[in-house]
Amino acid sequence: MSKIKYVEHSGKEHEVDVPDGWSVMEGAVKNLIPGIDADCGGACACATCHVYVDAAFEDKIPAKSDMEETMLDFAQDLQPNSRLSCQIKVTPELNGLTVRMPKSQH
Amino acid sequence: MTERIVIIGAGQAAVQAIATLRAEGFAGSLTVVGDEAFPPYQRPPLSKAYLSGAMDRERLFLKPDAFYAEAKCELILGVAATAIDRTARFVALADGRSLAYDKLLIATGSRVREIRVPGAKLPGVHYLRTIADVDALRPAFKTSKSIAIVGGGYIGLEVAAVARKYDLTVTVFEALDRVMARAVSPILSDFYERVHREAGVEFKLNTGVEAFEGGGKLEAVRAGGKSHPFDLALVGIGIMPNPGLAEAAGLSCQDGIIVDRFCATSDPAVFAAGDCTRHHGRDGNEIRLECVQNAIDQAKHAALAMVGKPTPYSEVPWFWSDQYDLKLQIAGLIQPGDVQVLRGDPAARKFAVFHLRDGVVAAVEAVNAAPEYIVGRKLIGEGARVAPERLADTAIPMKNIS
Ligand SMILES: Cc1cc2nc3c(=O)[nH]c(=O)nc-3n(C[C@H](O)[C@H](O)[C@H](O)COP(=O)(O)OP(=O)(O)OC[C@H]3O[C@@H](n4cnc5c(N)ncnc54)[C@H](O)[C@@H]3O)c2cc1C
Ligand code: FES
Repeated sequence: MSKIKYVEHSGKEHEVDVPDGWSVMEGAVKNLIPGIDADCGGACACATCHVYVDAAFEDKIPAKSDMEETMLDFAQDLQPNSRLSCQIKVTPELNGLTVRMPKSQH
Repeated sequence: MTERIVIIGAGQAAVQAIATLRAEGFAGSLTVVGDEAFPPYQRPPLSKAYLSGAMDRERLFLKPDAFYAEAKCELILGVAATAIDRTARFVALADGRSLAYDKLLIATGSRVREIRVPGAKLPGVHYLRTIADVDALRPAFKTSKSIAIVGGGYIGLEVAAVARKYDLTVTVFEALDRVMARAVSPILSDFYERVHREAGVEFKLNTGVEAFEGGGKLEAVRAGGKSHPFDLALVGIGIMPNPGLAEAAGLSCQDGIIVDRFCATSDPAVFAAGDCTRHHGRDGNEIRLECVQNAIDQAKHAALAMVGKPTPYSEVPWFWSDQYDLKLQIAGLIQPGDVQVLRGDPAARKFAVFHLRDGVVAAVEAVNAAPEYIVGRKLIGEGARVAPERLADTAIPMKNIS
């Protein structure tokens, strides 16, 4: 289990325990945290699970695959710390990670 | 009196309908009845990560239990709806209960097409649609040496890829002359056949299975007049929609429940969404779609119409399939007669095929090619015209293509 903090676009915070091995997207969906749609269920096929990751953790999260990189290119309000949350696997290193949600996933 | 909505079928479409109904302010009572023992779950991983063992069951469920509680949605599971009385407006359940409704959503999905040959009921002959199906198949993977995949569709090929990981000897029997013939263009069929052959899968194309043979359990598959020994078989020869209840209730059906652009059936109090429906696609042709996108989008439009905010369904269909290291992403619908434009090189395992209809981008099939897929999907939505030479020119980035 690692603690992940999700911050909605409105600023509302949710801190939850997510099992290691799950994706950051699953942690949100299974805890009913709004702001991540995840239409494809984590197949890296829909780009509706966009989040901004905490700068302090950027080095601890494995780099983006080519697929994620290009899918992200077309997300709204892209920032350098944008990621697809279904592609981030929760590991003990990520304990304490904060991710913020964009205004919209579509 | 509070309004009552009943949803038949507890799957992908049902979950979206619950979410949209509540988000759009529906304040009445909401009841979902599903015949499977489980709350709504995702099917795509069934033939991928769940079958391979990489994903456990808990992760398949679309929503936690709290979602249904928070949405004040009663989930009745493990009970089938057996009849719809449209005059008195109630749904009869197999356990004798009946549920009164003001508006009804039918989201009963589809079921596997069964193969009708001798021996089809032998132990060792499997199908793949539900959690229960995978739970029966996966242990057999570990104790078997060889598997016959009957039907070279995307589910059969996904299972073939997983079976190779388990080191099973795999043979695909396909009645047509190419794999995934209903879903993809010939360029893709050839590519996927080659990839699977390189991974050790054998193909018997133009070969229908005539019988399953064995004393008490599967021992051989009879095809092309010969018996081929196998200890396991997976039949993936397509699905059939589940319009049974609707048909019996006198709603217009024809290989699926016929719905209009607002997902209403021929009865204005009854809506339908997902695999069980047939609708007029964006190009005006009648189609039946079997994919997550259609279940989600139709459920959204049905829910909007049910709360009095009808908006027409016109989203571009999209779909994916994972086999080995390859991600196939398709947007739009392919039709014979389209002009096909290849972008990139299949040998590099990264390419796309665009389909132009009267010069307009109508569909894209992308293999490990996300930009082609994403931009393609956008172009299809816009009805954009792009010159074939530009689409084929990989020196022009997709972002600047139109
Ligand atoms: C192995 C597999 C892999 C797939 N892979 C992909 C993929 O990669 N990408 C993709 O886009 N799509 C994929 N699909 C298709 C996708 O899962 C379906 O299109 C989607 O689930 C359809 O949603 P639905 O709500 O219409 O039906 P379902 O999710 O099937 O839900 C319908 C539910 O209704 C129940 N039901 C039926 N009749 C009754 C009744 N009379 N009373 C009560 N309950 C009833 C059914 O048992 C079922 O639980 C796959 C499907 C399978 C089987
Ligand atoms: S959930 Fe679809 S891309 Fe992440």
